[in-house]
Amino acid sequence: MSIRVMLPAAFARHTAGTKQVESAASTLPLLVDDLGVKFPQLGAHIRDEDGKLRKFINVYVNDEDIRFLGGDTYEFQDRDEVMFIPSIAGGC
Amino acid sequence: MQDEFHEEWLRDEPCDATTTGRICTGVTSLLAVSASADNREHEIRNTAHATSAEQYDRLIRFLWAYCPTLESVAVSCPFHFGRGSMTPACRTPYELYSKESGKSYGNQPLSICDESFTPLEVRYDLASVRGQITRKMIEDGPNNMWRYLPLLPIPEGFEPDLPVGFTPLVRAKNLGKRVGSTNLYVKNDAVCFPRLSFTDRVVAGARANAQSFGFDVGGCSSTGNLANSGAAQAARLGLRACILVPADLEPAKILNTLVYGARLVRIDGNYDHVNRLCSLIADQYNWGFVNVNLRPYYAEGSKSVGFEIAEQLGWRLPDNVVVPMAGGSLIRKIKKAFDELVFLGLVEAKPVRFFGAQATGCSPISCAVKANTETITPQRPNTIARSLAIGNPADGPYASRMIREVGGYAEDVSDVEVVAGIQELAETEGIFTETAGGVTTAVTARLLAQGRIGAQELTISVITGNGLKTLDCLSGRFDLGRAVRPRLADFEQYLEELDASIAPVQSKEPELVPAD
Repeated sequence: MSIRVMLPAAFARHTAGTKQVESAASTLPLLVDDLGVKFPQLGAHIRDEDGKLRKFINVYVNDEDIRFLGGDTYEFQDRDEVMFIPSIAGGC
Repeated sequence: MQDEFHEEWLRDEPCDATTTGRICTGVTSLLAVSASADNREHEIRNTAHATSAEQYDRLIRFLWAYCPTLESVAVSCPFHFGRGSMTPACRTPYELYSKESGKSYGNQPLSICDESFTPLEVRYDLASVRGQITRKMIEDGPNNMWRYLPLLPIPEGFEPDLPVGFTPLVRAKNLGKRVGSTNLYVKNDAVCFPRLSFTDRVVAGARANAQSFGFDVGGCSSTGNLANSGAAQAARLGLRACILVPADLEPAKILNTLVYGARLVRIDGNYDHVNRLCSLIADQYNWGFVNVNLRPYYAEGSKSVGFEIAEQLGWRLPDNVVVPMAGGSLIRKIKKAFDELVFLGLVEAKPVRFFGAQATGCSPISCAVKANTETITPQRPNTIARSLAIGNPADGPYASRMIREVGGYAEDVSDVEVVAGIQELAETEGIFTETAGGVTTAVTARLLAQGRIGAQELTISVITGNGLKTLDCLSGRFDLGRAVRPRLADFEQYLEELDASIAPVQSKEPELVPAD
């Protein structure tokens, strides 16, 4: 099982410019761990003091917010495309 | 001689500059101040006075040349203010920074901290202009939001020429009688220039920076009003505009964007989908997205709503402010504006409670406030209040925190109440607002009915958009009646028919009533 992880420019500073990476992680917490192994600098920045993914980072699985799919308990499917995006504001 | 050093605690918000004060009246005074490491004590290194603009410039150069450890320079300079000018010489230094990591970013088209991945904010060296910005200076400025230009992040050299903002603050006696308030005001941005919504303010600030950063294409993701404002102001500045909106946006808002020659792209998804796509586009294209890479500057334009409320009340603060929430930015910026005015000594400090208003069909922030948390659980929007339909609000955590810290609250209302709110405001005050204003009006009524807002407390209801943009929500609400022949007898007969037909309308759902 392999998923494709997309990392926009805001994250690329901590990945030496890499914006796309493959992972075999089966859940979001395991994916965060895996990213920390592949890119230690990124791993240090995307986690909060409790070791969890920072709340201002949104994760999408095939265009769907992972929180609508079960969040940390969602099990990735083979060839899922997972995207990390910082929150963007709008409106009033 | 005066000695007006402000208290150290004021540095926490809205700025973290060093302590300064005005020490002399009638001449320019400069204090070079160095803060200690814990930011609790200060030491005056130099004090000097100037009696002309030339001396003032020499003093500035002297202090920077001979005080390498200088952390700030406080200036009282009466020489450069011109009455009625749109571009006052006085501006407050500003920069981007992250509240979470504390990292400074100077000024650049960037919205996210690359260490904490949190939204960047604009902070000002307000201490450097304290005593310099006066009520009179502001009152002598133009009758639009640029009278507050010294307190906005507008780059040097930009000369605003659009008279945006300074909308009416209306005493709402009639609406107050209906909803149980004797001290209610409506801040009416339904008549904001040029596009009849508060977003004219934020776009004005963002466009100024887009030009400064050299962008020739301006873009935005929008729930409608921002699209209108962005397209209109891009046309005015000669910028190309590319605007992305949810495909199901109200037809009026789509036409109100296309008419300015903007390129409009309808995305098959909700606002959150559009916004996500825009952040990816901003990665690939060198465009100035007002609510992506220009977002920190864009959001600051909202402060002008707060500045105007305070000035229009006679330089005082209200007891309560009710504000619609989409991304959760405006409510915080009004609070920031009040804090800055207090810091500058332009209004007296007092507790102000902030109340957020959302539609129940998209209420992630009000749900967080009610649950007493700043954790936002995203929602899939399902409401006629499309301009507030952001299910994953980026400023939601900060908005929820601020509301709870000041003793405010947040409420959400049904779509039936939204329409009732529109009608109540129109029938009582002659103000026609869009669905977001219906939300605010209905929430104001509910908060009064609940007793969370007292009847005599000075309360501001912030109306952010014009009803002409959401006419579809009123479709079928009114009977147009039959055509009458142009004869007096026919007219009188028709009046009798109308009078006879008036009867209490039984609504399926109660309107503007408190929730249990």
